Amino acid sequence: MNARLRWRKLVSGFMLAMTGVCALIAVSVLFFILGYLVYNGGTSINWDFFTKLPTPVGESGGGMANAIVGTAKLLSLAVLIGVPIGFFGAIYLAEFSGSTMAFIVRYAADLLNGVPSIVIGIFAYTLLVLPFKHFSTFAGGFALGLMMIPITLRSTEEFLRSVPRSLREGSMALGASKWTTIMRVIVPAAYRGILTAVLLALARVAGETAPLLFTAFSNRFWSHGWNEPIASLPVMIFTYAIAPYEDWHHQAWAAGLVLLGLILMVNIVARVILSRGVSVPRS
Amino acid sequence: MATSSINVPSASPVEGSRSFLSKLKNGDEIARLVTFLFAASVVFITIILVFELWTGSALPRHKFGLQFFVTRVWDPIAEEFGALPFIYGTLVTSLVSLFIAVPLGIGAAIFLAELAPQKISDTLQFFIDLLAAVPSVIYGLLGVFIVIPLMRNWVQPFLKSTLGFLPIFSGPAYGVGFLTAGIVMAIMVIPYIISVSREVLLAVPRDQREAALALGSTHWESTWKVVVPFARTGIMGSIFLALARALGETMAVTMVIGNTPTISSSLFSPGYSIAAVIANEFTEATGDLYLQALIELGLVLFLLTFILNGVARLLILATARRGGGTAHA
Repeated sequence: MNARLRWRKLVSGFMLAMTGVCALIAVSVLFFILGYLVYNGGTSINWDFFTKLPTPVGESGGGMANAIVGTAKLLSLAVLIGVPIGFFGAIYLAEFSGSTMAFIVRYAADLLNGVPSIVIGIFAYTLLVLPFKHFSTFAGGFALGLMMIPITLRSTEEFLRSVPRSLREGSMALGASKWTTIMRVIVPAAYRGILTAVLLALARVAGETAPLLFTAFSNRFWSHGWNEPIASLPVMIFTYAIAPYEDWHHQAWAAGLVLLGLILMVNIVARVILSRGVSVPRS
Repeated sequence: MATSSINVPSASPVEGSRSFLSKLKNGDEIARLVTFLFAASVVFITIILVFELWTGSALPRHKFGLQFFVTRVWDPIAEEFGALPFIYGTLVTSLVSLFIAVPLGIGAAIFLAELAPQKISDTLQFFIDLLAAVPSVIYGLLGVFIVIPLMRNWVQPFLKSTLGFLPIFSGPAYGVGFLTAGIVMAIMVIPYIISVSREVLLAVPRDQREAALALGSTHWESTWKVVVPFARTGIMGSIFLALARALGETMAVTMVIGNTPTISSSLFSPGYSIAAVIANEFTEATGDLYLQALIELGLVLFLLTFILNGVARLLILATARRGGGTAHA
């Protein structure tokens, strides 16, 4: 009996320790990735990376200035498309809609959220590339914007709903119209949550490569206006990493470091915004 | 729900129309309409997406029919298109990734939910969230320069010398292939399994644990025989969610799978996946049939993830209900 109990305790201790090991492995992957990128990217990065265009094959040096600007352009287009639809759609869901319509919209948003990014790329291609017969910044931004919609919509709705009912009723009792209540009371009360949702959505699409491959395509030069193919950091990492040139590999590491640094920074900032003195619960 | 607090039930239609007019004047009805248009556009976009995928793949659907799914040949020059090697590759790599990610992910989730103090659990969860934010192409980059050499020089020769009698560990060690893709994919889906499973485990009512402990079970026995079975459906949900992610995973897989449409019982063999072939060949597709065959692959991918996501959501919802229900009882 005693031996049996000791055995059971031993098993318990061992298995619980194993779960700790699992958690340790999972978390250490993050630090491994970061460490490797900082080591490899850090030795490859220099001022030229931010200011120069890519050089032709065989010529060393050069940078990815066009891809950095390209990513910024694509992301601003994505924000212009994704955030208004997500934000106002969420207001409708949280404040105006009946349950049937809300169910349909939520269902569509969840479905859109689950669509693989490469399929989003196909969709943007058939809609904005095929009819015009050329790749464009606009098509790429549209694809990324589509991916931002469901994330922004669902989290914004959640944060709007978590605003206490007494705030709404207080505003209404003072004679404010519903719209005034929403814009002056409810949205300000939930703004940290909404900002976090938008930032997280932005960080998520910033690293997307698959939807850009055949919408924004790539470009070894500056892209003018919104109607030309455009380079972006994720696509550059992809093409440079699988190319057989040593020099390009260094550039890929540098680009990886810059991209991951940006994404993790936005993530951390978003979470800090949310955790600092908020009245809404964490989602 | 929110509207019930302001809608005073009106007795006569005259009063009703007057309140509508006043609402129109202070902008409520306009706001309602405008926000409705934004919300409806989400539904509209989703419908168009399905429509485009369906009409965009009309040619191969009519030409090949169901043969598309069982044909092994993918020959753009002869205009012969069969999806079998890609479907096979997608399934095999996803299964390999789940084989690795499920035990690790659930183990880590148990640690976070049951064992670690709140502060440590939250900190670790923060890192896990960051890990989930790492883009796929970064995993691909590390896959190309670290995992592939590692597999070719160490892991595959080792597996071959110890378990080489199994057909899945035979053949030359190229480094690229199903196994490598599965491993990279596993690393990518672990954060999803951990986050969702942790949440379901935390939702298990406290009295379940206490009852098990009071009956004399050890900490592990209460966790493994009571808490985990209670959260079983939700954990299954997290696995389905991870599977849906894995199926649609594109960049990292494209970079390490080897991009050869083969069907081989060996996991060392280079292969191809649905998402990878779309990523690689879409811009080079000449001719309508070729392009539309790729779009049909996209449709297949869409349907697969659609079903898996639906099942996952139902399972997670079921556990959440169950947890909440017993807590009140």
